[in-house]
Amino acid sequence: MKSDKLKFLAFCLVVLLAPLPLAGGYLTNVLIFVGINGVLALGLNLLLGYAGQISLGQAAFFGLGAYGSGVLTTTYAMNPWLAMAVVAVCVAAFAFALGFPVLRLKGHYLAMATLGVGVIANIAFNETVDLTGGPSGLSGIPNLSIGGLIFDTDLKNYYLVWSFALVMIFLSLNLVNSRFGRGLRAIHDSEVAARVMGVNARLMKVQVFTLSAFISAIAGSLYCHVMTFISPTSFSFHVSVELLTMIVIGGLGSVYGSILGALLLTLLPEMLRTFHDYDIVVYGMLLISMTIYMPGGLVAGIPALFRRLLPARGSNA
Amino acid sequence: MLNLSGIGKRFGGLTALDGISFNVGEGSITGIIGPNGAGKTTLFNVATGIYPPSSGAVLLQGKDISKLPPEGRARLGLVRTFQNIELFGKMTVLENVLVGLHTQSKAGIFSCAFRMPWQMTEERRVRERAKELLDFVGIPELMDVEAGTLSFGKGRLLEIARAMALEPKLLLMDEPAAGLNSSETAELADLIKKIRDLGITIGLVEHDMDLVMDICDQLVVLNLGTMLAEGTPREIQDNQAVITAYLGEE
Repeated sequence: MKSDKLKFLAFCLVVLLAPLPLAGGYLTNVLIFVGINGVLALGLNLLLGYAGQISLGQAAFFGLGAYGSGVLTTTYAMNPWLAMAVVAVCVAAFAFALGFPVLRLKGHYLAMATLGVGVIANIAFNETVDLTGGPSGLSGIPNLSIGGLIFDTDLKNYYLVWSFALVMIFLSLNLVNSRFGRGLRAIHDSEVAARVMGVNARLMKVQVFTLSAFISAIAGSLYCHVMTFISPTSFSFHVSVELLTMIVIGGLGSVYGSILGALLLTLLPEMLRTFHDYDIVVYGMLLISMTIYMPGGLVAGIPALFRRLLPARGSNA
Repeated sequence: MLNLSGIGKRFGGLTALDGISFNVGEGSITGIIGPNGAGKTTLFNVATGIYPPSSGAVLLQGKDISKLPPEGRARLGLVRTFQNIELFGKMTVLENVLVGLHTQSKAGIFSCAFRMPWQMTEERRVRERAKELLDFVGIPELMDVEAGTLSFGKGRLLEIARAMALEPKLLLMDEPAAGLNSSETAELADLIKKIRDLGITIGLVEHDMDLVMDICDQLVVLNLGTMLAEGTPREIQDNQAVITAYLGEE
């Protein structure tokens, strides 16, 4: 318990200090997206890594959050903070209603159903031109502000996004180490046994699905206000696959793993510019090699690797 | 305590159970025995709500629970263990028991995320209780071990601790002695009697005849999905139909 708190405080410190050596340069901008992707990956990890329920439609909730906030604050001139709250609650309510039929499915069927939700949402963003601007996107979205402080630079947006991320990480850590989190992991290990233990698996799966949609919607709202411009390509199937890759690489069932995965997979495309359209092939290969060689992700794999190397060195000495 | 009346279960054209009726008396240890394929595990699955019955009714303390899902039956005090030990393998021993205490606590998604003070109190209470239960079955030293790494015998004890966490009125055990050596089986017999002495009614499916004859007050014999006999262990041992079903005609 104590060491968990220390770990979180150390993480907060790293987040606080990270942009200082970057002097507001291009990398600060990249780190904003690490934050947004981290929040999205965290949402998916609660669902997949803890409860064992896959979703290939996270981009739908992300997009609904972004477009919800975007449209409400431009066309309807609503206060951005109010819009963020309204949209997040609406998306969560939508996911709650959607969850009851969809989460009766298991495995591949659940993957297909959530994939369908993602594809339908993306078509809707493209086709409802009057509302969303269609393929040419929605522009003129205002920056967020508190009183006189307008979040209009990379550095300000970095602290904005990461404050949200840290709160969500903190709450998620609480959640997974509690009665609710244990219920989710029990469902993951053996749904039949969990139900016999009196765990209401059906409801808890819908609750965590709703939570992950809520988290994704907040990430979407933040994204639209940071970018001030959104278009449907940012919420495509591709994004859902990227999120999946992030948590598999970082570590399924690890809160910090979600963030580590988001960090790597957000930096990686910057490093792999030469691959351009072939990046999805790289993701695929990463997914396959991680599931074979490091099924616990980097968070579990790196310490295991050290444990394997260190005794070997000891025996040589 | 548990009343089965006219239970039938068909899987497609296969009749797995047909017209099973008996009563598990309050405070008793009732054994359900029968050759392989007699329908013992299917009967357990119907009684605990894993499968709905095709016909008949399951009554717990006079209340019809035939339509309740497993978690609903668990809340009423009908709890089971599994033949092949269904532990949560990636969770620790203590966490397994804590999942068993799920119905004894009530913190929801919000109070867990925000660490409400009463949730913290509840968490401390269930952790204390979980440790007591591990003491009760005799494996307190294993509390931080990952459950998937336990031996079969220890896993069985953990499964019983986890089931006890639900404060059962009726504990159904599916072949608790399967895979145990003779000294482990003897410990198990003592543990089952200890549980009965707490006032918990026990139903068990078991192949180990020595164990069954030693601890059961009442036996039900199934054969090919039907009831063959019912009575005390002594009566069953002398029952000609039972001897025929187990050993064949002379």
